[in-house]
Amino acid sequence: MHYLDNSATTRVSKNAAEKAYEIMTEIYGNPSSLHLMGMNAEKELELARKRVSSALGAANEELFFTSGGTEANNTAMFGAAYAKRRSGKRIVISSVEHSSVLEAAARLEQEGFEIIKIDPQGDGIIHPGDIAEAVNDGTILVSVMLVNNETGAVMPVKDIFEAARDKNDKIICHTDAVQAFGKLDFSPKKLGADLLSVSAHKVHAPKGCGALYIKRRVRIIPRQFGGEQEKRIRPGTEALPLISAFGVACEEFDIVANGERIAALNRYARQRLLEIEGVVINSPENALPYVLNISAGRVRSETMLHFLEEREVFVSSGSACAKGKPSHVLSAMGIDRDRADSALRISFSKLNNEVDVDALCEGISLGLKTLAHR
Amino acid sequence: MKEILLLKDGEIVLKGLNRRTFEDVLKKNIKNVISPLGRFEITSAQSTIYIKPLSDDVDWDEVCERVARVFGIVSFSRAAVCEKKLEAVLETAPKYLEKQLKIAKTFKVEAKRSDKSFPYKSPEICAETGGVILEKFPHLTVDVHNPDVTVYVEIRDFGAYIHANPVKGAGGIPVGTGGKAVILISGGIDSPVAAYMMAKRGIKLTAVHFASPPYTSPRAEEKVVRLLQKVSLYAGPMKMITVPFTALQEKLRDDCPEELFTIIMRRLMMQISQRIAEQNDCAALITGESLGQVASQTIGALGCTDEATDMVVFRPLIGMDKQEIIDISYKIDTYETSIEPYEDCCTVFTPKHPRTRPVLKFVKEAQERAGFEPLIEEALQNLKITFIK
Repeated sequence: MHYLDNSATTRVSKNAAEKAYEIMTEIYGNPSSLHLMGMNAEKELELARKRVSSALGAANEELFFTSGGTEANNTAMFGAAYAKRRSGKRIVISSVEHSSVLEAAARLEQEGFEIIKIDPQGDGIIHPGDIAEAVNDGTILVSVMLVNNETGAVMPVKDIFEAARDKNDKIICHTDAVQAFGKLDFSPKKLGADLLSVSAHKVHAPKGCGALYIKRRVRIIPRQFGGEQEKRIRPGTEALPLISAFGVACEEFDIVANGERIAALNRYARQRLLEIEGVVINSPENALPYVLNISAGRVRSETMLHFLEEREVFVSSGSACAKGKPSHVLSAMGIDRDRADSALRISFSKLNNEVDVDALCEGISLGLKTLAHR
Repeated sequence: MKEILLLKDGEIVLKGLNRRTFEDVLKKNIKNVISPLGRFEITSAQSTIYIKPLSDDVDWDEVCERVARVFGIVSFSRAAVCEKKLEAVLETAPKYLEKQLKIAKTFKVEAKRSDKSFPYKSPEICAETGGVILEKFPHLTVDVHNPDVTVYVEIRDFGAYIHANPVKGAGGIPVGTGGKAVILISGGIDSPVAAYMMAKRGIKLTAVHFASPPYTSPRAEEKVVRLLQKVSLYAGPMKMITVPFTALQEKLRDDCPEELFTIIMRRLMMQISQRIAEQNDCAALITGESLGQVASQTIGALGCTDEATDMVVFRPLIGMDKQEIIDISYKIDTYETSIEPYEDCCTVFTPKHPRTRPVLKFVKEAQERAGFEPLIEEALQNLKITFIK
């Protein structure tokens, strides 16, 4: 089996899974309970918080657990917009954000906020000048992702936030770092982010858990109301098994060593793929090596995906099927419809090696020979 | 209070000597849908079917929901059963219908006395019952033309029944009394609606689906299963036959002119479906085609498709607008599933400019030149059967 869809989700590490099991069966108290069982659970919660926040390069009290990346992004977008609604109405985002940012913005637009969407340039990258140009006195929030989930393009978020603040230093800066966390060396402070979202299941921890970094003294309005958990930013009994597993997975990060290995694997993949006639690379040259977006001949993404699936190679279609719209990311990059319709996203994790790439290349070249073209 | 369900037969009553057969099928269909909910006695008399529970804790709401989907019933009502005595009727009626009568402004009473040995005539029953109701609910007035609530008192052979405001049934005729036919189902909006409409005319369905992996996704096939499950709530359990279609479509691409891809593909589907129909005792084919909807559904294209089979082909949607079809798909709850975006066999290798006025002679020649027969044989050897219920 060759799992090359790690940007969709990853295999949970053994230690993380065992931790979740231990919490579920032994340390199963409610962290809010006053008795010993509750206290032990709370200790685990704070241990996990320490592990995740130190992997992120943040202080413990700046980290708020959520149910995942989507909730972190929603909390950031709505929370910041509502907190600043008296200072202005303009929100500047990129057009290649994850749907959880795009759809939150669409909702805010219905509520009367002004949403400005900035396209990447042909290289798939959002340029700081383009963002800064859209920032005015009435701007309250800028949100640009750190790594694009379809192409792996790394956005110059630090420069973007600096350029934006040069125009208006009162804005809140949010970055969706879901695809970057554990793979890229960054910290919210280095990026200049006020808010930053991460997700557990992209880093070998379970689904259903994520976190929002909120810089000290940045105030946002919660989306959900109830108890006092997560300092009222995210009330509700904490999903401790998932959170603790997230903590363990963060302990297992090895950004430098894995990064080098994946960079080599990505180079190997690019080289082998380009040997196949009809394959083009859509990811920018300096993209995060964990993600590789390609287009294979004129075979529809979905067809090639199922063809590869029969050979136990699992990738993602870089685009919706013929009935749907082509990928918003690829079309924002100016890639034509035909090429976008045959896009595939290959995404690596530390568990992949050359054998997986070989199987992929074998499958694609066989597919291009036998599958019908549009 | 003891309750039963009274169902009024639909068109069955128009049948002559076959009526018994029709009623027996209807009773069997009702039994199939309600038997998971408990034990019931189902009897019929005087163009009414009676559902009597044999246990006490019946989920009547669920029973009604299921019965509302059985074809062959025009209307049904939950009724209170009481002793065949006037005093009993007068006591039960206001009590049983209290909720409806409390919020109504006007009412009337209708009585039916099929047991002529009952000592009061219908007008007397009406007058007496109306009197008690007015006494108990003084805010009501009688309106014989357009009442909010019509109270029915039926004096039948086995007892007296009291009910009000019947619910509309599914109409149509009982599934299974109209013969068997094959429905060609792709996974779009139209074919489930076509299936529903022909089941309503009493046809028992066998579904045929064409799958072209890897061009079509396993999820497309799984989606068809879910659609058929929804249809089967009306049409009863059915067999779904999946035809492996990849090799045929690839040959089509390789050996036929592009502008005829769709039309020849549809001819192949008809031919394969006819053979499956014959193997399964089915006498007709059903499609979801609607005139003019797409290039393959013009008069000319349908003519070419039709020629491929000598079986009768039912196209219940032929004269309907898309919106009318969508309205029915909402009603039978297939719409949301139908619009899930998986590639199906109809969208594989769609020509850029399909012929809207194909010439049958050329179509047939192209098809014969390519020589599909061995591949059809092979596909028929490898059918996959799924039971839908």
